[in-house]
Amino acid sequence: MKLESNVPSGPLEKKWEKHRFEMKLVNPANKRKYSVIMIGSGLAGAGGAASMAELGYQVKCFCYQDSPRRAHSIAAQGGINAAKNYPNDGDSVYRLFYDTIKGGDFRAREANVYRLAEVSNNIIDQCVAQGVPFAREYGGLLDNRSFGGAQVSRTFYARGQTGQQLLLGAYQALERQIGLGRVEMFTRHEMQELIVVDGRARGVVVRDMVTGALETHMADAVCLATGGYGNVFYLATYAKGCNTTAIWRAYKKGAAFANPCFTQIHPTCIPVTGDYQSKLTLMSESLRNDGRIWVPKAKGDKRAPGQIPEAERDYYLERMYPSFGNLAPRDIASRAAKRVCDEGRGVGPTGLGVYLDFQAAIERLGKKKIEEKYGNLFEMYERITDENPYRVPMRIYPATHYTMGGLWVDYNLMSTIPGLFVLGEANFSDHGANRLGASALMQGLADGYFIIPYTISNYLAREKFAPVAADHPEVRAAEAAVADRTKRLLSIGGKRTVTSFHRELGKIMWEHCGMARDKKGLEHGMGKIPGLREEFWKNLTVPGSGAELNQSLEHAGRVADFLELGELMCLDALERDESCGCHFRTEHQMSDGEAKRNDQDYCHVAAWEYTGDGKKPNRNVEPLTYENLELAVRSYK
Amino acid sequence: MNVILKVWRQKDAKAKGEFVTYPANGISDEMSFLEMLDVVNEGLIEKGQEPIAFDHDCREGICGTCGFVINGRPHGPRAKTTVCQLHMRSFKDGDTLTIEPWRAEAFPVVKDLVVDRGAFDRIIAAGGFITAPTGGAPDGNTILVPKENSDLAMDAAACIGCGACVAACPNASAMLFVSAKISQLALLPQGQPERWDRVRNMVAQMDAESFGSCTNHGECEAACPKGIRVEFIARMNADFVKASATAGRRAGGGDGGTG
Repeated sequence: MKLESNVPSGPLEKKWEKHRFEMKLVNPANKRKYSVIMIGSGLAGAGGAASMAELGYQVKCFCYQDSPRRAHSIAAQGGINAAKNYPNDGDSVYRLFYDTIKGGDFRAREANVYRLAEVSNNIIDQCVAQGVPFAREYGGLLDNRSFGGAQVSRTFYARGQTGQQLLLGAYQALERQIGLGRVEMFTRHEMQELIVVDGRARGVVVRDMVTGALETHMADAVCLATGGYGNVFYLATYAKGCNTTAIWRAYKKGAAFANPCFTQIHPTCIPVTGDYQSKLTLMSESLRNDGRIWVPKAKGDKRAPGQIPEAERDYYLERMYPSFGNLAPRDIASRAAKRVCDEGRGVGPTGLGVYLDFQAAIERLGKKKIEEKYGNLFEMYERITDENPYRVPMRIYPATHYTMGGLWVDYNLMSTIPGLFVLGEANFSDHGANRLGASALMQGLADGYFIIPYTISNYLAREKFAPVAADHPEVRAAEAAVADRTKRLLSIGGKRTVTSFHRELGKIMWEHCGMARDKKGLEHGMGKIPGLREEFWKNLTVPGSGAELNQSLEHAGRVADFLELGELMCLDALERDESCGCHFRTEHQMSDGEAKRNDQDYCHVAAWEYTGDGKKPNRNVEPLTYENLELAVRSYK
Repeated sequence: MNVILKVWRQKDAKAKGEFVTYPANGISDEMSFLEMLDVVNEGLIEKGQEPIAFDHDCREGICGTCGFVINGRPHGPRAKTTVCQLHMRSFKDGDTLTIEPWRAEAFPVVKDLVVDRGAFDRIIAAGGFITAPTGGAPDGNTILVPKENSDLAMDAAACIGCGACVAACPNASAMLFVSAKISQLALLPQGQPERWDRVRNMVAQMDAESFGSCTNHGECEAACPKGIRVEFIARMNADFVKASATAGRRAGGGDGGTG
């Protein structure tokens, strides 16, 4: 497999401009002759579908939710970065580019990240024009706040609901196109298979989740904007329906899967309370602007937080990383929390928790100001834990939150299957081995609004498309494979529920492929997964039929794919024999416990190529070259 | 704790539904209401029975997917709380909980507690947007928005489109949902050019979807998990009257946008 990044030549600052000029265009009158399928309706999916329809392409958009407005982008809380430099604090496109590359521990492509920083400003303008109610100063100007991994305030926000407001903006643009008849929307439809004809992505098989009917849709190009695969851990901050099925089907049809082991563990989530727990809830990173993180200095100190005097508290992030303090990047803050809990200094009933304390901020700014900034988050915390964070510190612990890995794409967001484009969290680009806060929304909208409309035109203009017959062997084979798989899942007739398998897989992944990894553990995890998969296909029970709304069947199909993906994640983590960003191999650390990169051997993207069930996939490598930045040890001290 | 559930079971849109009683035993205070249903469903699946179908996704109260009626109250007894964020500590050992789907002609039942809320999407498609095709936007700071307007627009924009307002209303009216979007966009300078067409088109679509009329009961506000206020309905009505009176006689454009 050849991995051509297709990064344009020339100086960094001119690459995207040059590329836009060199790309072929489709004449406005001809655009309606081309059709595009978009799977997913989050920021990247809705933004991309609406923008392509505005240009004149015929777009079909699919989502598993009952409305495109419910895609999981909606849950993003804190904000979206842009290099506007409105606060006059020294920000620039180049600084946002630098912070993002450094935050990702030098495992992302320079050209992609620079382009992301460049279009970040257009995103804010676009969203304002759509009526997104960003926070304002009294004079009517846009307000900013700070986020992790940056020393400037460049984060735009709409209370603690930034993702919701940005998504509703994209959703409204999409609904406008639906109303105009330019986008055909399919809600409660889940992609089951990709159709590849003559080496190019030409269609999908989807399941109508209400009737159970399998439908085939053909087009000239297919875009996947289906989000991340963090639900492989079972307990995660993802929505329950988030899954890997679309990208996993594409992987098995020839799309390379890049850096699958790069999964972000977010430091500030509400700790686990019991076995029945179905998901973890994030508390926005923005809280770290004003909250101070601490644990008792002494092991096993069980006193109530208010009883522990200042001198006996360890504000460990402020102590270890004085220049970034509580706003150290996510991977670093998560590992630090794990370390103090492993030392026996964790708080709460399970000992797996640290305090996030607002007392000092309330004293400094007043309760009213804190309420204005974080009111909805405080309410959410209280609803879940029954504790009032205005009075007692929050308890938090890291949880799976985002996946930097995903399908490999070139500079045009095209995967290794021609005509298959991958947007947003579903692709691997831009965030390297760790994503900085407030940059997921930025990437999703950049891909959807400002990149795919250009690069898809370039692809469509260069290719010739003949209609694919409904009885083409590839179409028939894809339909048969889906029907067969559904039948198989329904006919196992075993004893165990889907959830029990999902939970068990999650435990294996969290234990062996979570915040800290080592060779022995990864091998152990990889050894356990095939057995679990085998049991799944022998002992699963799925009630009901395939010809109706069947939530157990939906879940079963997703877990079947997670059971394969989990093994690939362990393999990737095993073969990346270094530490970088979120990927912490305990064998490779500095004397102070920081991640120790190995640029000599691993300054590359690992892109896995499927070679058949039960066979080891091929590990292909795209070297990362740094022409503008110097590979440096990441320091936040 | 142990509770008794009386749950509406309905195989599909055409089937006749009925209440079926299930015990939910060994429930912890810390569980969310949906986690309690998960436990019940696991038990049903293990017995080879079909689990109770209910919509849910983010389970953190923001996506608006979940929602059903518990003992006559949409999203249950706790104010400003979706069912996914409602915890079992809100109930007592031995309680009997009657659970049924949103009841409204415009929200047909799909299965059990799952309803079709596509009408909301169609109302947005009819005008719940600002026409701003990707690409041509001016710098964000060239559009000044007074903080009070921005904050009020955000209050309205917080709507999650769950449909509890419709379920709570004796007339199954969608006025709270529709007015929240109309108010958000009417409060912002960007929303002025299409302000009057927007309100007429959205209201027309709302009527076409067979939602009922508002008769000022205020149940919608009480049921809303996001605290959307009925004052937005007043704003919508004012705009609707003005839009209707001036239809076809305007030079176009808004009035400056203080709302």
